[in-house]
Amino acid sequence: MSTESIAIPITDTARPPFTATLHEWITTVDHKRLGLLYIFYSLVFLVIGGVEAGIMRIQLIRPHNDFVSPQVFNRMFTMHGTTMIFFVAMPMVFGFANYLIPLMIGARDMAFPRLNAFSFWMTAFGGLLLYFSFIGGDGLYGAGNAPDVGWFAYAPLTSQTFSPGHSTDFWTLSLLVSGIGSVGTAINIIATIVCMRCKGMTLGRMPLLAWLNIVMAGLVILAVSPLTAAQVMLLVDRYLGGHFFDTQAGGSAVVWMHFFWVFGHPEVYVLVIPAFAFVSEIIPVFSRKAIFGYPIMVAATVCIGFISMSVWAHHMFTVGMTSAGNTFFVLSTMAIAVPTGIKIFNWLATIWGGQIHFLTPMLFCIAFLFQFLIAGLTGVMLAAAPFDWQLAGSYFLVAHFHYVIVGGILFAIFAAFYYWFPKMSGRMYDERLGRLHFWLFLIGFHLTFDFMHIPGILGMPRRIYTYEPGRGWETLNFIVTIGVLFQALGTLVFVGNLLWSYFRGKFAGRDPWDAWTLEWSTASPPPAYNFAKIPEIRSRRPLWDLKHPEDPDWQYE
Amino acid sequence: MGLPTNIFAPASTPAQSIFDLSIFVLEVTAAVFVVVFSLLVYAVVKYRRRPATDGREPAQVYGSSQLELAWTVIPVLIVVILFLAAARVIASIQNAPKPASAIEVTVVGHQYWWEYRYPSLHVVTANELHIPVSDPAHPTPTFLTLLSADTDHSFWVPRLAGKTDLIPNHPNSMWLDPHETGLFLGQCAQYCGTQHAKMLLRVYVDSREDFDRWIREQSQPAHEAVTKSEGQRIFETTSCVNCHTIAGTAAHGTYGPDLTHLMSRQTIAAGAIENNRGTLLGWIFDPAVIKPGCTMPSMGLSTVQAAAVAGYLSTLQ
Repeated sequence: MSTESIAIPITDTARPPFTATLHEWITTVDHKRLGLLYIFYSLVFLVIGGVEAGIMRIQLIRPHNDFVSPQVFNRMFTMHGTTMIFFVAMPMVFGFANYLIPLMIGARDMAFPRLNAFSFWMTAFGGLLLYFSFIGGDGLYGAGNAPDVGWFAYAPLTSQTFSPGHSTDFWTLSLLVSGIGSVGTAINIIATIVCMRCKGMTLGRMPLLAWLNIVMAGLVILAVSPLTAAQVMLLVDRYLGGHFFDTQAGGSAVVWMHFFWVFGHPEVYVLVIPAFAFVSEIIPVFSRKAIFGYPIMVAATVCIGFISMSVWAHHMFTVGMTSAGNTFFVLSTMAIAVPTGIKIFNWLATIWGGQIHFLTPMLFCIAFLFQFLIAGLTGVMLAAAPFDWQLAGSYFLVAHFHYVIVGGILFAIFAAFYYWFPKMSGRMYDERLGRLHFWLFLIGFHLTFDFMHIPGILGMPRRIYTYEPGRGWETLNFIVTIGVLFQALGTLVFVGNLLWSYFRGKFAGRDPWDAWTLEWSTASPPPAYNFAKIPEIRSRRPLWDLKHPEDPDWQYE
Repeated sequence: MGLPTNIFAPASTPAQSIFDLSIFVLEVTAAVFVVVFSLLVYAVVKYRRRPATDGREPAQVYGSSQLELAWTVIPVLIVVILFLAAARVIASIQNAPKPASAIEVTVVGHQYWWEYRYPSLHVVTANELHIPVSDPAHPTPTFLTLLSADTDHSFWVPRLAGKTDLIPNHPNSMWLDPHETGLFLGQCAQYCGTQHAKMLLRVYVDSREDFDRWIREQSQPAHEAVTKSEGQRIFETTSCVNCHTIAGTAAHGTYGPDLTHLMSRQTIAAGAIENNRGTLLGWIFDPAVIKPGCTMPSMGLSTVQAAAVAGYLSTLQ
């Protein structure tokens, strides 16, 4: 075990000039710095995407409101969706994967550090390109600036006829560029986990986080490739006279839907599997028990990975598939509830008989369990195709996937922030502010997304900039908007906590949580080389073995 | 509850079968929720850290094949049951035979309005669909063929049926057999462009006699006055006629709604506003005030000219 560190002689204690620091960060190939860049970048976009959501919610606070024009509203929901998926959630999980995987498998860096830097900058410039549309999209009079075709950009709304000007081009190109970055990072994650594990770390002894991330990376490669292909086809349609999606010339709008959702559904698992990974690391430590049923957790994840490639058309139950087609996708979609259920029960069994420490990371994990349970059950409702014929494209659906993405993924990401913040910064976050953030966000989340289900049941479709009174939607929409206020306050507390703790927090030491995986065996923040001596392990919980020599894990595995 | 677009107030067979399935799915998921929720709450309360544990770690349990098998097999059984229930409803709705007594309507989605054609009854109208009530003993269901002239739309009247998309170059179909008369509301449920929000649906379910009378009236050409009014002259000499049809006159456009029997409709602009001479005037003068981004342009008429046109249109009974 590498508990010592290499003493680097300090020759110059003066702070380096700002330009030198900047240069260091921009040219870095260190996985930890790239991980932090990813995370910082997605936090910035989280705030931007949140502001866009806020604008929509103010507009919808009452019927026939006139806060923004329909054109602006349509841009807001397009940008909000695209930003949150491609420039918040994906970079966030890539950031944590980058930072944590080498540390958790006892490696000094990712397998391809330069590819890593390249991928980050591709993603970063993709996001900047998307937002440059606000300035650069105004090329054609009246055509608008930012994209307004919705985040899944159904054909033929994206054709030159219905989307003149350049707004759709910004959307297409930014996803094309960031998609290259995503595939690069996915290749890197797989290569790192396959080739860079320390001595003794067989596949069966990897932390679950590594297992789940290798499945995630496999899905990224399989899912982002068709999306990239579709973007190229759309560009051909728009500029080279192609007719893939040009319905006026015999093209097919449905082909775009298949291409998009063959990406879009696995994408959900690209985001949620890393969330599972965080929860699978944090719950055991704060329950003081080993994860329950490690092999079946791995099997369930791999199973989810495979099944998730065969469910895409459940986004298309209203498109007019045959009854046989609809029936198949009901079965495949419901099947995914089984491995997901196994995971929830195994987390429950991990808590069972433990000693739960209710610190901020664990609070977020417990809330995750409850919310992900509900998200899964509303998912089962939507999977029953006839029920979906009513609920698809309604606010019930919007509430469902926000339950997955906010109640599931974002809560797990917040848990991960608080759990690994001491490792990344070397300082403890403020526990009281952490709790305040948790409660504000929990209240806001439930006000917004619990009440959002009901307008969907009462017939309110998504993506409408205004609505008619007298349909039972007014009060509910008002409550939904109030919830956003609490979420915004919670996020402010969160950002404030990060900033305050970074400069003023107590020093954390190597292992503030008395945890068991390798990243806690090195200094906080870890030195550039991670481990002075590459560790050697004998079980899934090397630090447990070290702390309990009388009862080591390797005797049971 | 009296809410006009509540999916849980079905008034037609497809909506009713979906409602029955929904209740079953809700019961099963609620049962699962109660069980798992209670276990979670119990675990969280019971196994919270107590001060008395004096730093000793709890017993380490690594797994249990029996338990894991149990929570694999039970969900599999639940999934099979839900799947079979859903498959039955899919078949009953999608594969329903079309009786000879069925009314056929072709629905064409446009940015941002609905065109309704009754091919065998020779009626063309817009935005307000009239169909006959269907007595379960002598069913007269309405079968809709769904087409789109431009982007994707979706036909969703929650109390009558689930939604089905209107996709260009991809004809779809659906059916309704309302069991009660009255007005049923809905709206476009697939984002179709700037004014997607004001592409509202109004389905009037008439008694058989009312429906037959409505069809008779609608299949007449417009009543032509002996001398053309100033409004009609303006209408026919501006671009209005390029987009709108008024049967029996020179107006033959098909890009916009058919206006032959405009005043038989209660609303204009796809249900966005009430239909009367005043709202017509406002709409003709500048449609973008009511529906910014809609495809009908302001023709640059003076208020006097616009009022004349509104006067002419309000004679189209």
